[in-house]
Amino acid sequence: MAHKSFRLRSPTTEAPLARYTLMAVAFLFLALFLILPLVAVFIEAFRRGAGEFFASLDDPDTLAAIRLTLTVAGIAVPLNLVFGVAAAWAIAKFEFKGKAFLTTLIDLPFSVSPVISGLVYVLLFGAGSALGPWLKSHGIEILFAVPGIVLATVFVTFPFVARELIPLMQEQGTGDEEAALSLGASGWQTFWYVTLPNIKWGLLYGVLLCNARAMGEFGAVSVVSGHIRGLTNTMPLHVEILYNEYNFVAAFAVASLLAALALVTLVVKTVLELHYGAEIAAGRKH
Amino acid sequence: MDVSVKNIRKEFDRYPALNDVSLDIRSGELIALLGPSGSGKTTLLRLIAGLEQPTLGKIYFGAEDASHRTVQERHVGFVFQHYALFRHMTVADNIAFGLTVRPRGERPDKAEIRRRVGELLEMVQLSGLEKRYPNQLSGGQRQRVALARAMAIEPKVLLLDEPFGALDAKVRKELRRWLREFHDRTGHTTVFVTHDQEEALELADRVVVMSQGAIEQVGSSDDVYDRPNSPFVFSFIGDSASLPIRVADGAVHFQDTPLGITPRASDIASGAGTLFFRPQDVVLIEDPAAPALEGRVATSRRLAGTRIADLDIGKPGAPHHVEIEVPLEATAATGTAIRFRPTRWKTFAE
Repeated sequence: MAHKSFRLRSPTTEAPLARYTLMAVAFLFLALFLILPLVAVFIEAFRRGAGEFFASLDDPDTLAAIRLTLTVAGIAVPLNLVFGVAAAWAIAKFEFKGKAFLTTLIDLPFSVSPVISGLVYVLLFGAGSALGPWLKSHGIEILFAVPGIVLATVFVTFPFVARELIPLMQEQGTGDEEAALSLGASGWQTFWYVTLPNIKWGLLYGVLLCNARAMGEFGAVSVVSGHIRGLTNTMPLHVEILYNEYNFVAAFAVASLLAALALVTLVVKTVLELHYGAEIAAGRKH
Repeated sequence: MDVSVKNIRKEFDRYPALNDVSLDIRSGELIALLGPSGSGKTTLLRLIAGLEQPTLGKIYFGAEDASHRTVQERHVGFVFQHYALFRHMTVADNIAFGLTVRPRGERPDKAEIRRRVGELLEMVQLSGLEKRYPNQLSGGQRQRVALARAMAIEPKVLLLDEPFGALDAKVRKELRRWLREFHDRTGHTTVFVTHDQEEALELADRVVVMSQGAIEQVGSSDDVYDRPNSPFVFSFIGDSASLPIRVADGAVHFQDTPLGITPRASDIASGAGTLFFRPQDVVLIEDPAAPALEGRVATSRRLAGTRIADLDIGKPGAPHHVEIEVPLEATAATGTAIRFRPTRWKTFAE
């Protein structure tokens, strides 16, 4: 029996031309604005060969910058891990007055320019501030020293862990915790054996993003750092200084380390999403 | 273990979820808390467990005032509506949880825990599944794991929140029978919450009917079905019909027509009220001179072994709708008149 054949198309599918055009635009855009610059960083870093690349990294100031960045991230990330879990726990599992306000407050570092985040600390701890003279007389250095950089970094990276966890914990509710308590577990046991395993992938994801930002933060840190070579220069600041001195190979060598960190973060994130997609997805509905 | 709830009031944001509720549960009883959603039945269960604190009132476990005991100290087995199994633990670890979190001194050793888990699995008929994870189990299996986990701590009281709510009808029926046997075998004081009256009537020794934060009636299945003590219980449990009536001169009238039934001591003596009866508790009256209720058949339908007639009763402009069972041989064609009289009925004052 002969019959006309129709090409049936799902109503949400576009014509092939539209589809390929859209895809081409997306890829072109990605290549132009994301991949090309990234590749350029590595090309620039290796322009004079691997020897020059490693030599430029083996500089006391550069090594100091790497060390400082690792130190700052090493302090800021665990702090925000604890704060983030505590804040998410409070918001997701309890009812209290001012909850909406607290939720908004957590987003504040995202909505404020990093430069302002840095300036806040200058206003708080600078020589002209109310606290300034007292700090000075007690020999406590915050501004233009490591503590200031840590504070600014903590401020800027605060939302990552909390924002990742709040929707996840809200979705999971308090049922598992109540079950654990009814079985005789203490509050701490409940957190350790029940809550933490339930949120671990979301938590890891938040920590990863938090860490990437902690190491890469420029604006806020730039304001409070003072740019003292070998002392208060983090990697992003050091890149800027090297670049301004026309030391392109060294600048891009350090930049390539930061870029590599971003790539590692992306890879781990992708692997996490592949394996624990469902658990993380709950945390990305914001 | 006897459980007594005394004059409990519970408010959420000043809105009372329970108001002056008292209930005595005897040791070894199987009790159902039955009511529509929002009646406070789950709140009452959670208060007994210690998952909520009462605004006013006390809860006794035996002779001991347990009102200020924490949920851990109350030592109850609680089975949650959605099971709340720990998804990252195996079945065996889930069941062992209540034992493994005990302080070192009271904790049984590993071999003993394993033995106990084995026993519990056997009891809930899930032997061989100890290495599975909750997401590898069916709903009915998860429910039984949750029960075994609650039983592992050898609770004094077993509390179940809508235990069969999330299961399909067939599994529900099996588990219902299984829970009854389980209760008879272990003899635990058991309280379960349900909105399914069939479940409550079939399973429980006593049914607690709740509505709007208060207990309407406590009694056996026969009590609440045959002797409902309020309009709410009469209409909530089983099928029923209701009509506005007046009692005057020792007779019940509907819109000035006597029905041929006389009020008893438990009925209202005079004045306006509501008459309740069940569709099957009626007798058809053939004699046109005898006093009876008269209705016009709006529709009729065959339901398994009976025929149900949907009647319009009273003034044609604003009729009252009443369903009654009629004999299969009755024609009950649409528009025909049917005269009947309730055989078992009750009146309540307005």
